[in-house]
Amino acid sequence: MRSAPSAGKSLGSEGIPPSTKAAAPSFLGRRLGRYGFNALCVAGFVFLLAPILVIVPLSFNAEPYFTFTEGMLRLDPDAWSLRWYNAVLNDEAWGRALVNSLLIGVASTILATALGTLAALGLASPSMPGRSLVTAVLISPMITPIVIVAVGVFFFYSGLGLGQTHAGLILAHAALGAPFVVITVTATLAGFDRTVLRAAASLGAGPMRRFFRIQLPIISPGVFSGGLFAFAASFDEVVVVLFLGGLEQRTIPRQMWAGIREQISPAILALAVFLIAFAVLALLTVEWLRTRSASAPRSAG
Amino acid sequence: MGALALVLPLLAFVTLSFVVPLATLLSKSAYQPEVSEVFPETMHVLARWNGEGLPPEAAFAAMAGELAKALDERALPRASGAINRVQGGMRGVLNLTARRLARTDFAGTWRETLAGISGDWLQPRTWLAIREAGAPFTLRHYLQALDLERKEDGSIGFRPEDSRVYTPLMWRTLLVSLGVTLLCLLIGYPIACMIANSPPKRSRLLLLLVLVPFWTSLLVRTTAWIVLLQRQGVINGLLVGLGILPDDARLQMIYNMTGTFVAMTHVLLPFMVLPLYSVMRSIPPSHMPAAVSLGASPLKAFRRVYLPQTLPGIGAGSLLVFILAIGYYITPALVGGRTGELISSQIAYHVQTSLNWGLAAALSSILLVAVTVLYLIYSRVVGIERMRLG
Amino acid sequence: MNEHLLKIFRPGAAMSAAPWLALFLLAPAGAVSAQSITVVSWGGSYARASQQAYHKPFADETGIEVLLEDYNGGLAQIRAQVDAGAVHWDVVDMEMSDARLACDEGLIELMDLADLPAGVNGEAPEDDFPAESVSECGAASLFYSTVFAYNRNFLQGPAPETIADFFDLEKFPGRRGMRRSPLVNLEFALAADGVSLDEVYAVLDTPEGLSRAFRKLDTIKDQVVWWEAGAQPPQLLADGEVMMSTAYNGRIFNAQVLENQPFVIVWDAQVLDSGLLAIVAGTPRYEAARQFVLFASRPRSISNISHYISYGPVRVSARALVDRHLETGIVMEPHMPTSPENLKRSLELDWRWWSENRDEMHERFSAWLAR
Repeated sequence: MRSAPSAGKSLGSEGIPPSTKAAAPSFLGRRLGRYGFNALCVAGFVFLLAPILVIVPLSFNAEPYFTFTEGMLRLDPDAWSLRWYNAVLNDEAWGRALVNSLLIGVASTILATALGTLAALGLASPSMPGRSLVTAVLISPMITPIVIVAVGVFFFYSGLGLGQTHAGLILAHAALGAPFVVITVTATLAGFDRTVLRAAASLGAGPMRRFFRIQLPIISPGVFSGGLFAFAASFDEVVVVLFLGGLEQRTIPRQMWAGIREQISPAILALAVFLIAFAVLALLTVEWLRTRSASAPRSAG
Repeated sequence: MGALALVLPLLAFVTLSFVVPLATLLSKSAYQPEVSEVFPETMHVLARWNGEGLPPEAAFAAMAGELAKALDERALPRASGAINRVQGGMRGVLNLTARRLARTDFAGTWRETLAGISGDWLQPRTWLAIREAGAPFTLRHYLQALDLERKEDGSIGFRPEDSRVYTPLMWRTLLVSLGVTLLCLLIGYPIACMIANSPPKRSRLLLLLVLVPFWTSLLVRTTAWIVLLQRQGVINGLLVGLGILPDDARLQMIYNMTGTFVAMTHVLLPFMVLPLYSVMRSIPPSHMPAAVSLGASPLKAFRRVYLPQTLPGIGAGSLLVFILAIGYYITPALVGGRTGELISSQIAYHVQTSLNWGLAAALSSILLVAVTVLYLIYSRVVGIERMRLG
Repeated sequence: MNEHLLKIFRPGAAMSAAPWLALFLLAPAGAVSAQSITVVSWGGSYARASQQAYHKPFADETGIEVLLEDYNGGLAQIRAQVDAGAVHWDVVDMEMSDARLACDEGLIELMDLADLPAGVNGEAPEDDFPAESVSECGAASLFYSTVFAYNRNFLQGPAPETIADFFDLEKFPGRRGMRRSPLVNLEFALAADGVSLDEVYAVLDTPEGLSRAFRKLDTIKDQVVWWEAGAQPPQLLADGEVMMSTAYNGRIFNAQVLENQPFVIVWDAQVLDSGLLAIVAGTPRYEAARQFVLFASRPRSISNISHYISYGPVRVSARALVDRHLETGIVMEPHMPTSPENLKRSLELDWRWWSENRDEMHERFSAWLAR
């Protein structure tokens, strides 16, 4: 990738000039096209990352507003402070929200991962009847607009006495998270040669032994990253919580929603920085798992 | 059979915790038993009434008894809300009557007694409204959701242009989703292209740069856009600071359609880049240079050789982004203001604020049908098994 | 490494998690102890004022924990909870018009006036409240007002002085902040359109008058940023997102004195309203909720709020207890919506009209908004 300044110079010539349509493109034309393309890419990456990078310095704002103050721009130490980090760390509400988020996230992830892994194993088996229909049903929570999920779950669960309970949210989030597990585990199973299983069976390994000694080691990165996706989905979910949860079920995103809509405070920027850190950590974990998965023993072809 | 046994637990779980609630929601769009549950006797009498003039004394008597009972059992708001939606003002009449009944002397007939509390009880339209609201099966909500109404002569037609609410919003939702999809494609295509055609190490790094926003909380990203786009925000500050904009002509980029567009494009962009990338990765890097060396211009080589091979990725990414965009709620609600709202906001409004659940359900059903059609196209074109996450 | 992951996913690990999971699934309701009530208020600086003024003293005196929830007015959540028979909210701080309507619908518990605490000098409760403000539906606690305000920093040229200026985009270009509700906005629209303040409701009560109000709102519709929470207007003004905004007077006051914001309140055509604490019908924690409401109705509790935010007691005998803002020592009287200077051109919200027309107005307003 070109460095930003050189790409910036060629901003005026985005894309490839139409004059290069002639049979033998000039060296200059090709060069300009290359710059234009790189500039587009840099602009795209800036668009993707700038919002996240802007949050970080703003969270050290000494003033209670969402804008860079003059003092901050002058790098006046008084204009920068850890005030909002203190506010987040000392506010019981955020602590309770974190406990709720972890509780609901972990419980729904366990449920989603256990059920999702089993289902993916079943779906991968050649003897699975009605595969595409079943897959469609299992994936449907991921595709359905979240507002509709939330409304449906709100009406139905409230009728069962699950409204404003942790259990209701755990069930709903598990349903939302399971598709991720099904997809990731299915993906790891895609390159899996089933003849290995038959070979193991012919050597006398029972179904449990075959599962734990052969299948699980291979799919475990998929299971783990699927679980991580399910957890992240729950950890970031706010619409269902808005409809179904109450005061006792306030999660981090729900509290942030309140922060943006009801009681505006830059404390949410400080919190946002924590969440970005969480995201990077989760991402690196998945990345690490992927490299493990790539080097994991699997059959050739 | 072993395979089915493995799938069954999740299938049962998803059915119970997701499919059944969804079906319940959809049923609310056409089935609303509240009024007939709260006023069963009244509805029974009204069912035999021919609808001309006033109903018989039995209806008045039943209504009086059931009103008092409803107030006692706190069931009145449920029924009066539904009746009020058929005829404005009925909530007040019902509330007033229920409250006063206990303190009112019996005037010889129930008809006289009720009429003494509110003159509306002697209006035939009051009873017609109760009868209509009491019908447990109704298409009223679908008519309303599609901005249709029953005309005087009984035919069904569109409401006058200036009183349509939902169809314009549906069009807006479609257009915004389409626009966001296109923007994602325009921004995402070069990015995916660059990631796919870089050396492995750099390619991984660039991919991580796409995945960081993907993994970052939706609310964090939306907050970030508020910080960037607002009037005294970072972008306006930069433009004014560089002398591009005068201070009093700062751009309005938030709490309107611009806010919705920018933030939604940002949130959905990774969903475009990832499928594109996974398709582009499988295209041999030698194709383009080969075409160019055979005399094609880079543009022509791209158009004739590269682009056609990426079509499956374009299809997959576009459909995914479009499906997600059409049901978007959080981002438009936070940065869209009034003019940047989508249909999902109206669904939330009718569930949480107006409590017109039938209408919310009808709107949800329409949205769900749209998404299902798109999903079927997606699974036809792409195949759900090929969906990739990071 | 695969060994390691394998360990995590051994059935044994899942089994040991099972009882833990079951605990959370079965015992969520137990999280709210019998000795706590959920009080729903308006968030932001007002909720903090209420917490300081009487939530904490109440908890100290009775040992009953007060959990604070926010909302932005309206009856929807209360209707939904009562209807489902699952009441999670115990006490709600309501607008007068909403409270009376809720009372008519049986959504809130009736109150025995004889239970109300006496005034400062032992006045009987019925003598200590203005006649309109107390009934079996509850006793009004605070006067607050909806005004409009602007940020002096972003103002160029002359300052707006009347409600007509708020609607005048030519003289005062720029976006406006308004509450996402017909309440007060319809009154402002008519007042700005030249209707004299004492005729506003008479005009609003006619179909033509109502259309006139909406037509007036039409003239600025494209420039309005709609807010829902009372905490939003000060933020919108501070960020320069809007030129002027309607707001609750106390929120603007707090931003002025606590955050040194150069906000200016325009009191012209201020709409005065009162709030009251109501107990949601059928709450399983009725007795604790009742104790809380009675505690909050004490003259001392009510006047205490005015030491944190510029809202004034409805109780006559409590008014004399109001003196200075606790944190800054500012004398509160000139900042109160009820001070004679601020009352000069004011309007009292007609809660009767609103409780009768509430649903129709909201429906019409939201349809108007969506177009």
